[in-house]
Amino acid sequence: MTTPPRSGSLSGEAEHDALSVRDLRVWYGTERGPVRAVDGVNFNLRPGEILGLVGESGCGKSTLGRGVLGLLPPGAKAAGEVRFRGENLVELSQKQMQSRRGPEIGLIFQEPMTRLNPLMRISQHFEETLRVHEPDISTAEAKHRALEALRGMGIPPTRYRNYPHEFSGGMRQRLMIALTLVLRPSFIVADEPTTALDVLVEAQIIRILHDLRRNFDTAMLLITHNLGIIAEACDRVAVMYAGHIVEEGKARQVFSSPAHPYTRELLRSTISLRTTGLHYIPGAPPDLVDAPSGCTFHPRCPDAMRVCPDQDPVEVYPTGNQRVSCWLHGPEDRIPEGGREPLARQEIDLADEA
Amino acid sequence: MPTKRDTGSALDRDAVNGPEPLLAVRDLEVHFALQGNFVQRLLSRETGTVKAVDGVSFDVQPGEVLAVVGESGSGKTTLGRALTGLVATSDGSIRYRGQEVADMSDRSFRPLRRKIQMVFQDPHASLNPAMDLETALAHPLRIHGVADRAETHRLVRDALERVGLSPVERFLGKLPGDLSGGQKQRAVIARAIILGPDLLVADEPVSMLDMSVRAKILQLMLDLKRDLDLTYVYITHDLATAKFFCDRVAIMYLGRVVEIGPTSQIFADPKHPYTRALLAAIPDPDPERSLPTDLPRGEIPDAAEPPSGCAFHPRCPAAFDRCGWEGRDLRSLLESHWLTVDEEVYERERAVVGTLDELSAPGATARISPQGGHSVTDVRSVLDRVRAADPDEPFWSGVTSIDDDGSAVTVHFAAGEDPALRTSGGVEVACLLYEPEGQGQDTR
Repeated sequence: MTTPPRSGSLSGEAEHDALSVRDLRVWYGTERGPVRAVDGVNFNLRPGEILGLVGESGCGKSTLGRGVLGLLPPGAKAAGEVRFRGENLVELSQKQMQSRRGPEIGLIFQEPMTRLNPLMRISQHFEETLRVHEPDISTAEAKHRALEALRGMGIPPTRYRNYPHEFSGGMRQRLMIALTLVLRPSFIVADEPTTALDVLVEAQIIRILHDLRRNFDTAMLLITHNLGIIAEACDRVAVMYAGHIVEEGKARQVFSSPAHPYTRELLRSTISLRTTGLHYIPGAPPDLVDAPSGCTFHPRCPDAMRVCPDQDPVEVYPTGNQRVSCWLHGPEDRIPEGGREPLARQEIDLADEA
Repeated sequence: MPTKRDTGSALDRDAVNGPEPLLAVRDLEVHFALQGNFVQRLLSRETGTVKAVDGVSFDVQPGEVLAVVGESGSGKTTLGRALTGLVATSDGSIRYRGQEVADMSDRSFRPLRRKIQMVFQDPHASLNPAMDLETALAHPLRIHGVADRAETHRLVRDALERVGLSPVERFLGKLPGDLSGGQKQRAVIARAIILGPDLLVADEPVSMLDMSVRAKILQLMLDLKRDLDLTYVYITHDLATAKFFCDRVAIMYLGRVVEIGPTSQIFADPKHPYTRALLAAIPDPDPERSLPTDLPRGEIPDAAEPPSGCAFHPRCPAAFDRCGWEGRDLRSLLESHWLTVDEEVYERERAVVGTLDELSAPGATARISPQGGHSVTDVRSVLDRVRAADPDEPFWSGVTSIDDDGSAVTVHFAAGEDPALRTSGGVEVACLLYEPEGQGQDTR
């Protein structure tokens, strides 16, 4: 076990990070009390790196993405630190955030048709986007930049003056990505960018995202529930459960030897071509108003021990570049005597599921 | 498993040595008329049709699970709706236990709805938000008038119990809004089985659900199939779930079945280039696998104007001269060529060949007229440059000659063939790469 340079970080050099998130918390107010959707999250992103964020619905992964972007709905509050180009984004005003979204921080959403104006030509979308952030840009330069971005997404220049409805679903998503990239942001949040697409088109988009880091030096947070996409497009993966990142590491390493039981069970329940039997995690993600004590996964965990419901897990580093919050990996000196005994399991009702 | 004859198609009309199929579909067509614009409608002009299902044939044996796999726009959902009488068929036959149902009126189809039920993709949209589960589940019993009060009470509880929504008392009074996605889909399945059906047509029953819940719903469907002797037609875009869930797989593309056969054979040895592409494209959490590199280009074409010849040929990596090349393919080729050249080269070449609108008309030849001040020689040299840039492009195998009459360049294409389903190594595949086995047989 190695000692980490900084808490919650897998890279020690903060000045080289495109983005660094420290103890980010996001909560929603409800009648029953606050919903802690993101509860103390740390991660770093280096330039040209893609971090995949994966978890079941309701684990807080979309809220985390929106928290980083300052796009939280009314009634939500964020605290902590999102350090980007020397500023803490959490402390910026709405207006200040707005000027940074676009040229510095890009977004790619799930449904491309709802984000394009049906009455505007593609050329107008690009010209408007560029003019808002670079008022002095000439029409020729705007066209050149737009065609360059479109070419990178495989959209022929002949289509530049078409309207959104003249494009297919996959083309529209590529248009959205091109519109994001034309401003050359150094950091992009992509929230389920391929969920609405067919499998062949999805593969084309994953290929594009995968190649982005080679062509641009863009850092990306890729939010998805599909582990297959993470494995194919991402350098690192962070697994989220009930508002916490429970495991993070190199995608290859996490998928070949998952350290957290939740990661392992999530991988086993994914249906792929190699699936020979059905496997699933009993129960559902917890209610975040009244989350289970200790490790929030303990009621569903097949490896739960006596220590798990009593104490919050501590982040440990089983290898130099993998971090995990699970008592299975210690630290030994914090586990009380008998804490490693298996926990008497409560039957989980089949119907209590997501 | 269906019994197949040694030669020819298992779908030959007289091939009934095995048990009677539960469902026999023959040359089924569902066409939708395009509405067109106001003037066209006013003048009753022909505005074209979309062949959503265009000549589909298959059998489903009792107790079998048949997967219908395809992308959006392949016609798989329309096929499912036709099987359940939710959309009128244009031609062909659907026999349920030997009884023709394709041309039945809604009224005469109604008793059959008890035996043929459907599960839709979106459980949120399939349940009335104002009906609690007890009312929702009793609804089909009431509509069909099959049970008295006490019997209804018993059947509703039994159905909820079967789909795992127990203790039943906890769920009877719940509204759909109180349930999670997985629980809603369980309720939808409970409603579908309450009339004691034989056949369930399940249209993407798990695709709206979280990965970790999908396995639970599929397990439930397998348990129900075993306990209630159900037969499934499982419509999906996901080959991975089809692989272990289904006995046979039919791959659909643009309204046609392009490959159909036993699941094990389709997955061990996919024949159609489209099936191969679908398999390669599935994202896999295997850390040792890398991204597929030779994905088909583009997307599923417009069903109102399907490509000539084999509908998959514009995207097919294995296409050759007889696949049905045409002017539209030249247009796509020029467009993708322009993605690889500098902006100035694009502007220069575009000025020579113009908007390419001439290339949109179907036909065995394609004409390109040189634009303002350019000559046919300029057009030919653009074509020569495109060819030189990628001489191995399958498109060029379909070009027989290029000539000009001084005012325009004409590209002549080899005659295309529309491949019919033919038996090849235990499966049926509609691709010219596979020659029909047993000459003289009706391969359709």
